[in-house]
Amino acid sequence: MDWVANLGQQVIRSVSRMGAAALFFLQAVVGAVKCLPRFHLVIQQLYSIGVLTMLIILVSGLFVGMVLGLQGYYQLVNFSAESSLGLVVALFLVRELGPVLSALLFAGRAGSALTAEIGLMKATEQISAMEMMAVDPMQRVIGPRLIAGIIAMPLLAAMMSAVGVIGGYLIGHVQFGVDSGVYWSSMQSGVDLYDDILNGVIKSVVFGFIVTWVALFEGYNATPTSEGVSRATTRTVVTSSLAVLGVDFILTALMFGGL
Amino acid sequence: MQSRTIETWVGIFMLLGIAALAVLAFKVSGSAGTDGNVYRIAARFENVGGLNEKAPVMIGGVRVGRVARISMDKEDYSAVVEMDIEQKYDNLPSDSGASILTSGLLGAQFVGLDPGAEDMFLEHGDELEITQSAIQLETLISQFMFSQGSSRDNTDKAE
Repeated sequence: MDWVANLGQQVIRSVSRMGAAALFFLQAVVGAVKCLPRFHLVIQQLYSIGVLTMLIILVSGLFVGMVLGLQGYYQLVNFSAESSLGLVVALFLVRELGPVLSALLFAGRAGSALTAEIGLMKATEQISAMEMMAVDPMQRVIGPRLIAGIIAMPLLAAMMSAVGVIGGYLIGHVQFGVDSGVYWSSMQSGVDLYDDILNGVIKSVVFGFIVTWVALFEGYNATPTSEGVSRATTRTVVTSSLAVLGVDFILTALMFGGL
Repeated sequence: MQSRTIETWVGIFMLLGIAALAVLAFKVSGSAGTDGNVYRIAARFENVGGLNEKAPVMIGGVRVGRVARISMDKEDYSAVVEMDIEQKYDNLPSDSGASILTSGLLGAQFVGLDPGAEDMFLEHGDELEITQSAIQLETLISQFMFSQGSSRDNTDKAE
């Protein structure tokens, strides 16, 4: 009977953790709304979350676009359909790769940093000190980071898609000589502003929510030791990456599957 | 000074992000701002083949509009294709014809308009009289196979 009890313990633990995460989410949203009058806090976080993540997003976006250009060209040229290269590259990037890859990179670059920062604040008892001084840490620490994450994520995803399209153009036009007018016009006739681009932006806003939420929750609930912080950081990257991929499947089915 | 540089960088970040969104909206989708002033005309076809909504409408290879809606008329079972034509091409003769063409052998299908000779111009809500349905590759192939088969029969009899 021991294993039954163990199973029950696991279930109770994970359910109560989900409940704690949901409560934390509500508190964080309230804190985010309350911190809006002091917008300079958000700007500071936009710097460490958005600006410092920008470089890795731009570089990887360029390479992803170039790889898409290469692989797309190799396959399309078999059917002499290389005129559709622009459409293939743009749809891949705008619908899937832009939002998803930038969310994964964002989780690795910014999410881990958020967890480590807040976990360390907790370990050095800065958060308790704030509470002692009647400063709400939700409003002062968590809220600005949540807003910054939600603002930064769609912008980063848009940058990745835009740079990727240019990368595909470099390979398609400069390397393989696909006509540049054909590249852009096939893209423009096939990509829709609402169906594709707006849905991609909605996806990346949702991913920004998820990644920042997981990172802040893990940091806020980290065991206040150096080992606990390191484990929380790992959990942030793993959990938020899995959550992004899972939610992406659901969103894709809802948006493009016509379910 | 320190906070000023941070603010500058965040400003650059926001500008780049908005610029990227603008690139996606205008350069990649190309649909923003082009469908502002259009008028709608309709045409009836026996068969629209693989024509899609948003397919281009062309005159002599130049895009003048796009297909807005494809539906079926319940009365006579014909396919009704509604097209949005850009307002700047408002001098199409009212006896123009429409046909469904394919770009390349297996490419996407589009509507080709052949301007007529009338002095009256098409207006919003007009319907084109002269139409030509899509050429279906399957039908062509089956006709070809059939004619091949029958011609062989004829030669057999001749021998």
